[in-house]
Amino acid sequence: MQKMMEKRALELLADGTVSRVLGWSAGEFPYDMTPAVFETAEELQDGFVYNDFCGANLSKYLIKESRKEGKILVFLKPCDTYSFNQLLAEHRIIRDNIYVIGIECYGKADVEKLKAMGLEGITGIYMKDGEYTVETVYGSQTVKAYEAMAERCLACKSKKHVVYDELIGEDGEVVTDCNRFDMVEQLEAMTPEQRFAFWRGELSRCIRCNACRNVCPACSCEQCVFDNPNSGVAQKAAVNSFEENMFHIIRAFHVAGRCTDCGECSRVCPQNIPLHLLNRKFIKDMNAFYGEYQAGEDPDKKPPLGTYTLGDREA
Amino acid sequence: MQVTEYKPKIVAFCCNWCSYAGADGAGSARLSYPEEVKIIRVPCSCRVNPMFILRAFQRGADGVIIAGCHPGDCHYTSGNYFTRRRMALLFSMLDYLGIERERTRVEWISAAEGAKFSKTMTEFCATVAALGENKRLEDLRCKK
Amino acid sequence: MQRIGVFICHCGTNIAGTVDVKAVAEALSHEAGVVFSTDYQYMCSESGQQLMREAIREHRLTGIVVGSCSPRMHEATFRKAAAAEGLNSYMVEIANLREHVSWIHKDMKEATEKAIILGRAAIAKVHLNAPLQAGESPVTKRALVIGGGIAGIQTALDIAEAGFEVDIVEKSPTIGGKMAQLDKTFPTLDCAACILTPKMVDAAQHEKITIYAYSELEAVKGYIGNFKAQIRRKARFVDETKCTGCGICTEKCPMKKAPNEFNMGFDKRGAVYIPFAQAVPKVATIDADYCLMLKNGKCGICSKVCGAGAIDYKQQDEIIEREYGAIVAATGFNPIDAKVYGEYGYGTCPDVVTSLELERLMNAAGPTNGTLLRPSDKEHPHTVVFVQCVGSRCTETDERGKPYCSKICCMYTAKHAMLIREKYPDTDVYVFYIDVRTPGKNFDEFYRRAVEQYGVHYIKGMVGKVTQNGKQLRVQASDLLAGEQLHINADLVVLATAIEPDKTARSIGTMLTASMDTNDFFTEAHPKLRPVESPTAGIFLSGVCQGPKDIPETVSQASACAAKVIGVLAKDKLTCNPCVASSDELLCNGCSSCEKVCPYGAITYTDKEFRGPNRTTLIRRVASVNPAVCQGCGACTVACPSGAMDLKGFTNKQIMAEVDAICK
Repeated sequence: MQKMMEKRALELLADGTVSRVLGWSAGEFPYDMTPAVFETAEELQDGFVYNDFCGANLSKYLIKESRKEGKILVFLKPCDTYSFNQLLAEHRIIRDNIYVIGIECYGKADVEKLKAMGLEGITGIYMKDGEYTVETVYGSQTVKAYEAMAERCLACKSKKHVVYDELIGEDGEVVTDCNRFDMVEQLEAMTPEQRFAFWRGELSRCIRCNACRNVCPACSCEQCVFDNPNSGVAQKAAVNSFEENMFHIIRAFHVAGRCTDCGECSRVCPQNIPLHLLNRKFIKDMNAFYGEYQAGEDPDKKPPLGTYTLGDREA
Repeated sequence: MQVTEYKPKIVAFCCNWCSYAGADGAGSARLSYPEEVKIIRVPCSCRVNPMFILRAFQRGADGVIIAGCHPGDCHYTSGNYFTRRRMALLFSMLDYLGIERERTRVEWISAAEGAKFSKTMTEFCATVAALGENKRLEDLRCKK
Repeated sequence: MQRIGVFICHCGTNIAGTVDVKAVAEALSHEAGVVFSTDYQYMCSESGQQLMREAIREHRLTGIVVGSCSPRMHEATFRKAAAAEGLNSYMVEIANLREHVSWIHKDMKEATEKAIILGRAAIAKVHLNAPLQAGESPVTKRALVIGGGIAGIQTALDIAEAGFEVDIVEKSPTIGGKMAQLDKTFPTLDCAACILTPKMVDAAQHEKITIYAYSELEAVKGYIGNFKAQIRRKARFVDETKCTGCGICTEKCPMKKAPNEFNMGFDKRGAVYIPFAQAVPKVATIDADYCLMLKNGKCGICSKVCGAGAIDYKQQDEIIEREYGAIVAATGFNPIDAKVYGEYGYGTCPDVVTSLELERLMNAAGPTNGTLLRPSDKEHPHTVVFVQCVGSRCTETDERGKPYCSKICCMYTAKHAMLIREKYPDTDVYVFYIDVRTPGKNFDEFYRRAVEQYGVHYIKGMVGKVTQNGKQLRVQASDLLAGEQLHINADLVVLATAIEPDKTARSIGTMLTASMDTNDFFTEAHPKLRPVESPTAGIFLSGVCQGPKDIPETVSQASACAAKVIGVLAKDKLTCNPCVASSDELLCNGCSSCEKVCPYGAITYTDKEFRGPNRTTLIRRVASVNPAVCQGCGACTVACPSGAMDLKGFTNKQIMAEVDAICK
């Protein structure tokens, strides 16, 4: 896969279709794949990496990148294409300056899960026949994919690319039985006291590092209300039990109807707070109250909070 | 045994055209409701930002009620429909986080419904009082 | 820091009776920023206002808090007083100590405490108040009326009579609308043409009215006072300025196969035609779908016979642009397609007709010259059955029909029945109805005459089925009052089909950013208090496009609409409400969330250049609010995720300051 992507990127760079490539490169650790922009063939050959640790959604970077000179090539996994479409609907990215290659994806690995299995010195990973082969400095090892796959991938909502200029690999279908609301339902079934205890336990770990916000493709405001001293709600680190609640509730509300459920917030949370459960609650409610809606699927469809019907349920 | 009566703090956001006028109507008709209810005038219920509601709780409110024109009667034609959607989602989320559902409410009260205003507020106060103090959303620094 | 003055009104004993006003004034005097605090017996009185004005002068006040009755009562009074002293009116806030405190609470201690808290909230808000200036925008003194039926004509005439220019845009070749097709009108039974055509002529001859017939609205931009509309003048292939309306071309046209829409398709017209004798403008139109010359270049007879040389086969659509101060939607209605009700045999049995078709069959200028003859064999019908509520008042499960009452059917059916019995006393007339609805001046009297004097058989019940039975129609129905099934052999069945807004209304509504209900009727700004205005400022509603109406109601609403338009056009400048939304361009993402919830279409987007880091420039899409259009509801402020959108006079910070003060 990496070879095919690299080859195609080099071709498009060479024939002048694009002047830059947005992809991934290895970060501090070989499993720590980081979004990167490559401007030359050399840079690309040196640094470009694609493997099953490349979970990062590249679409948000296009807000800045698509405003620069020249066209940029971007690789998007199926779930990333929803974010891309949503940003397009919100006029945040300039389509004409972007060349989208959709790439197939069968689920990315969660390195934390691998580490928990006792794997150390990880240097690489690839998937074959439902198994990850993990390369380590001590040799390679295979694990069942579903045991090491990220939660968001296990509950993958769609393997279909909703937008692309060309595809590498297969295009899939929308997953209708993804069970992504199971955990939300479990929480809903609890008593308010249990729910409060659950969320207190989770949210009280928040260190307000803002990683969730910074990675979120929907949280793409020029300036966040929580950073704006004139908004009246600007805060720094959470020093009190309520502040993280306020932050996360408002954040979830601000992205309600815009969040495509890409799961990046939970992926990047250093405290492992299941933030996606907040967004999924809104998505689940909106589906139940106002009819099925998937942000990013159809840019022309009105979002649930941008419309109404006379017979809506009462608050 | 001495019992000190607990009095909740209630913030009521009232739209200028219907519910604020409804509150005025309750006043004109001398229909009392608990003094715990403090009204904030907004042009339309759709002006109420979830941030205001959370802020009220953060600062120690025990209940927040939003009152607007009846669906179909909005002065701005569609404001209350958006309020209805936003608050349905917000309140459901608060409930999901374990915050008692009864502390938040949306009511449609017209300018002619002074009696409904008084009744709604009395009832809401009683409901919130029964729940006791809001401990799950308060910000202790603000309650010194 | 503001210098705030606090004035606590006793309102006689209304407030002072339950609230310790002195204690309130004293408590509030210690609030930050308060430099003057007092109480007074009647703040709204001349001397109370004087007291306030003196304090503004003496203490150089920058903000005012009045603890008094409801702001709905005297906010304007105190704002005026402040303005008279040179203080911006919007620096005044009211704490409602009467309706919200003294009148509802009995305990003085608690009422006083609440009064202090409300006073604090008002002070907290005033601290964040900023002077607001009402903007002004100029007014183009010309109105556009979309639709040239009786509604549009009446509105245009009334506006023109007041001295303003009006343009009528009508999509068909002539103005007149549905009323021109009618035979007689209820409840007076005078002939529709006799009362309508003089009005059409008045409109045509009025020096202030321009009629763009055979034209359609293409695009609209702008806002109240400043609309810019593009009008497509469809090619008639006849030069309107040359055509004299002599009609010789229509007689000589060899292609007589086009269905005559004006006669509901009962007869044929030429490819070049004038819809009816009194058409306005009286000019011919060539139907490109039928004209042999336009289709294959062979014919050209009309051009040869036209003495005025008006025929122009090369004519093209033309788009003209005009500016308007106000726009009136008078797009009217159409009967629904009765074919969806297959059980009534419409479309399969030729002698099942709709009421509008019956109008033509009875009209002296119609295809039968006013003699009622059945379409199938041109025989005189001896038994006529009317079916009411075809497609009206349907339940939610009936997707073929409309949920509303079409309002006019009961009355015109009574009229039809009466006219038939009057002209042909040997004819039996049955009317099947759910309810007979006759509110209106002289309406019920009219209906009773049909029953009592003319002997029309009114039967409460529904018709189940109409089938062809030899030369006759077999009508199966139930009589609900007698509780029996009926079978009637009829010669003619007339369906009172529901009316629905014209199909073009939806797209016009979108162009005008005027909201519509689920049935495609235009929504009024307020159902009771502003029935002829759209929520979108500068858009007005005339006639059935707002909801079903009969002619008297349409005409009175059309005149009411004209009065509202004149109210706008008579002003040189419009003053805007200063409490409107505005977007902070530095924060705006251009995401369009706000635009989606704006009921007025007040928000537009522009690409703007911003300074980026390292001397670069960035182009970003940002929202801007047109203060002349925004009404200040604030829906956009909550839709905005970045907090760029805020509402003047009710800013996020102001409301949060009130929240804080109350919860302290």
